[in-house]
This record gives sequence, structure tokens and C-alpha cells, in this order.
Amino acid sequence: MTNYYVKRTLQAIVTIWAVITFTFALIRLLPGGPLTRLRSQLIRQGVSPSRIEALMETYSRVNPDEPIYIQYIDWFGSLLQGDMGRSTSKPRDVAAIIGDALPWTLFISVVSVSLIFALAITWGAIMAYYEGSNFDLISSSGSIVLSAIPFYILGMLLVIFLAYEFEIFPPRFRSDPNLEAAPMSIAFIGDVLMHAALPILSMVIANVGLQALAMRGNSISVLGKDYVEVARLRGLSDRRISVTYVARNAILPMYTGFLTLIGFFLGGTVILEEIFTYRGLGFYMYSALESRDYPLMMGAFMVITIALVLSVYIADLTYGLVDPRIQSGDSSEAY
Amino acid sequence: MKHTDSAADDEFSFDYGESEVEVTRRERLGEIYDELIRKPAIVAWSDRRTRLGSAILFVYLLMGTIGVIFYRAPNSNQVEVPGYPGGRAVPPFKSWNAILGSTQRTGEDILAQIIHATPDMLIMVLSGGIFATAVAVIIGTVAGYKGGMVDTVLTGFSDFAMSIPGLPLVMVLAVVLRPTNPAVIGIVLMVNYWSGLARAIRSQVLTLREESYVEASRTMGVSTPRILFKDIIPNLMPYVLVNFANAARYVIFAAVGLYYLGILPTGVQNWGIQLNRAYSQGSLIGVAALYQLIFPMIAIGGLALAMILLAQGADRLFNPRVRTRLAGESETIEGDEEPGASTQVMT
Repeated sequence: MTNYYVKRTLQAIVTIWAVITFTFALIRLLPGGPLTRLRSQLIRQGVSPSRIEALMETYSRVNPDEPIYIQYIDWFGSLLQGDMGRSTSKPRDVAAIIGDALPWTLFISVVSVSLIFALAITWGAIMAYYEGSNFDLISSSGSIVLSAIPFYILGMLLVIFLAYEFEIFPPRFRSDPNLEAAPMSIAFIGDVLMHAALPILSMVIANVGLQALAMRGNSISVLGKDYVEVARLRGLSDRRISVTYVARNAILPMYTGFLTLIGFFLGGTVILEEIFTYRGLGFYMYSALESRDYPLMMGAFMVITIALVLSVYIADLTYGLVDPRIQSGDSSEAY
Repeated sequence: MKHTDSAADDEFSFDYGESEVEVTRRERLGEIYDELIRKPAIVAWSDRRTRLGSAILFVYLLMGTIGVIFYRAPNSNQVEVPGYPGGRAVPPFKSWNAILGSTQRTGEDILAQIIHATPDMLIMVLSGGIFATAVAVIIGTVAGYKGGMVDTVLTGFSDFAMSIPGLPLVMVLAVVLRPTNPAVIGIVLMVNYWSGLARAIRSQVLTLREESYVEASRTMGVSTPRILFKDIIPNLMPYVLVNFANAARYVIFAAVGLYYLGILPTGVQNWGIQLNRAYSQGSLIGVAALYQLIFPMIAIGGLALAMILLAQGADRLFNPRVRTRLAGESETIEGDEEPGASTQVMT
């Protein structure tokens, strides 16, 4: 039992280490990679050759003259101290920019993913219950059509209609820059929620359809299982059958989908936050890409990746609680 | 029906391309065709969604092949409509000269832009889809079947690939590599998409490898690649098909998104670039710019819809309950079904 958790924790640590190393490799080893570009950028700006090396080290925390393993150790060391170099396009440290942006991205991600799952599970279960009815037909078709629209297009439409045309929601920013309210006051929180509404709405509407269909499929196949039949024969109440037998088993496979969805979502924030000029992690990653700000780009990339590793880790731990079978972890025989 | 699963056909030919080497007898090929293409096609075709999806996909194929030849390429100020200087900002359905209107700033025919963006898009979808499913099938089946050390290494590798969010990685690679060939772009977009699918396939193989016919092959001393291609992969085919269509949808969304952001090279025609221009004008003139946004949107949504419909239709092949029920209802299918033909474990 503890074994599973220990194993999973070790795995998460190893993955984070691998991700960090991978980022280093991307920076350092790719031909024409970030470091080479940074150097040519500095040369183009007319920085004197003697200062280039020093500047490169300030920006990227990598000194290209030293042997590669020393560079790696230095880089890793400064990373452990929370130092990710300096942004070339903004006069700030990469770590400061990311620290400011990260909570906002986590906020809209967590809210959207929870909403998607709550809605999809309920909607899918209802569709499965009324399988074959007109309601099922219409709402399955509806969810298929909904999922054919990418979230960013939905976001653009929402901005044009709800923000510019009807002026219900603000079109950009994570809070009103002119708002004079203390953080955590009612006015401030209301303002933040209004600003987060459109990004969350576009993510939820665009993703809920396919998840609901998956839930519907799962529920239908669980409904056909022998143990549901047996439960009916035992004369258990409909409520107990639908909650403990059908719903629980139908939700389980959704968990894996949940993991991919978090990854998709964290990646998608780059486009989403650009559309809404929502200054989160994705937005800074985008602006770094646009202004070729390599230290910020790699820093944002690394933090998005680590956020994903951690959320998958948390989801896995809770999965163990939902599905006890995973903890026994039967090992498979090798052929 | 021939055009139906043109995407699917390509994928099939890829996957048993290697098994053809070992198969010498003609009947065996005929049998493979029967099991893998004809029967699934009949089951899938009986589904309304497959038919609709194929029809939509066919329209795009026409657009991408014949349309490109017969319809003019987009160009600045190419539209001539009286009352619109330089042919700029012609609203849709105003003139036959530019049926979907023309762009605000450059006066390009919107329909021409949409049509000429299609071929590259189809190539991306195809190469990305084939790449992702092929890698996933190979890694998933080998890991699941071999078990032990091989499994640990391959699963660790796909776990690692899965822990990197796709879009940011693709963006970094796109900035560094600057790919311009649509086939290469398709592969770059799917650079770690295969990992989730490989995991799913692995867990299916874990149950398949305990089947008695696989055990029989093993005790008879049949080689591992042969078991994989003859006994394991055919059973996964419906599942792979579904996921090919899902992967294709992902390619569409990711490609358009990256073109929208201007991260992929912009010198070409793409719906994402159209979206970018329309949206930046939408913030200035609001709903009046909507037509420039709506038509590329329909183009993207239509292709994605075709993919989803095909995936949902192909899902029938996989879902035993749906398939049994279908077999019960339809005579054509019932006649084709052999007892214990493939995945159909009755539950």
C-alpha cells in the first residue's frame, strides 16, 4: 500500500529531473538552439565581444566556455535556488515573471477542468440513461458539433460578441488595471471572476462535448455488464445501482482522460491567454516566443511542464483512492 | 464507398507493410483484406456518422485537389466589384466575383484563401496522424507484449513524453527548427502526442496477450514480431482507427493554432493566418469583421467535424456491445461475422 505511494513519488521526482535535463539539452545541444540565437541576438545589438560572454551568463545561467557537465551542474544549481536567468525582453528576472503569472494560470486551469468534468459526467450519465431517445440523439449530435470548434475560435467569437458587441464581459487582462481595490476585497474578486469568465467559458464549452460522449459510452458499456444485471436481480434500489455500480465504474476510465486533458489545457493556455491578453504563464510564453526571449521561453516551458507533472502526480495519488486495484499493482510476466 | 476511409486505408497499408514481407501466400493477403478492411468498412458504413463524415472529408479532398487547380490563387486587390476600391472589404454574397467576400486590408478573395490552404492542411493531417498512430502502435504493442525490462524502459519513455505538454514543446521546436514542409510540420505537431495512445494500447495488449490463441502461437514457437503482427495488432485495428481520427483532429487544431499565433512560418496560405488577421481587425471594427472570421472557422470546424464523425463511427467497431447489437439488427453484417473473429469478447 505505502509501496505504491513511495514508488509514485519517486517516479514524479525522477520525471521532474528528466524534464529539467531535457530543457537543458534543448537549450544547449539543439543546433541553432536558444543559446546560439541568444548570442547572435547580442551580436546584432552591437554588444562588444568581451561583454557577450558575461551577458550570456546573466541571461541564461549557462557559461558556454566551460565543459558541458560543469555547465549542467551550474545551471541545475542556480535552478534549485529558484534562479532561471534574466529575461531579454523585460527588465526582470525570469523567476519573478513566472512567479507572478503562475497562480493565474493555475486558477483558470483548475476551475475549467473541474467544471468540464462535473458537467461532462452529469451530462454523459443522463444521455446514457435515456439512450436512444430523441434527447440522446440531439444532445449527442450537439456535443459532436461543439467539439468540432477549437477553443480559441470559440474564444474569439465570445470576445467579439460578449465583450465588444454587448459589453457584458471585459475582453482582456486578468483584472481591471484601473481598479482601486485592495487585493482579496469583494470588488477585486468580482473583477477577477469577470475577467476569467470568458477564457474559462471558451475552454469549458469547447471540451465538455467529447468528455460527455466518453462518459456516455462508458456508462452504456457498464450498464451491459453482468454485475449490474446481478445487482438488479438482487433487488437493489435503482439509486444504489446507478451510483455505486454504474457511475463509479464509468467514471474510472475518465480519469486517464482527465490526465491528458490537464496536459492539453496547460499547453492550450499559450493560445488561450494570447487571445484574452490574460497575463498568465501561457501569455508570457507566447510573448517570449514572439520577441525571441529565449531565457523566458525556456523558463515558462519548464514551469508549464513541471506543473503538468505535479498535477498528474496528484491525480494518480487520488486515483489510488478511487480504484483500490491499482495499489496491488500486479506485475506482469516477461515473455 | 471507396473514398470512405482514404485516411484509414493509408494507415492500414502502413501497418501491415512489414507483415507483407513475411506473408508469401496470396490467400493470406486476401484474408487480411477481408478481416481488416472489408468487414470493418461494412460495419462502419452502416453508421450514419461514418457516411456523413466521409462525405464531408470528400468535399475537402476535392477542394484540395481539383479546387486548387480550377480556382484562382489568392492575391492582393484581385477582386473587382463596383463601389469597392481595390476590391477591399467586399461583404459576402455581394458579388459572384468574390462569393465569400474579400479581406479588409488586402482585398484578397476569401474563398480562394480557404481553398488554397486545404492541400497543405490535408498533408499535415495525414503525416501527423500516421506518425502518431504508427509510433504508438509499435511502442505500445512491444511494451505490452514483451513485458519485463523492455516494458519498463518503453513505458518510462512514453511516460516521460506524456509529461511534457504538447503545444509548448511544439512551439519551442517550431521556433528552433522553422519547419516549412507540411509533412514535417505534421510530424513536429505530433512529436509527443503518441505517448498517451501508446499507454492505452499497451494496456489493451496486456489483456490480449493472455488470450488462448496468442498462448498457442507462443508455445508453437512463433517469433515475437510474427505474433505481434498476426495475432495482436489486427485486434487493435478498430481502436487505432478511432485514435487516428482523433489524432487528425488534434493536428488540425494545433496547426491552425500555431499559424494563428504566427509561430509557424507565415508565408503560406492557412486558415489560422486568416483567423489572425480577422481577429486583429475584429478588435477594431467588431461584428463588421465577423464574416472574415466565420468562413475560415467553418473550414476548420468542418474538417474537424468530419474527423470526429469518422472516429465516432469507427468506435462501433470497437465497442462490443454496439457491434453485437448492430450484428443482430443488420443481416449483411451478420452474414459476414465469423464466430470469434476478432476483439469481440461478448460481455
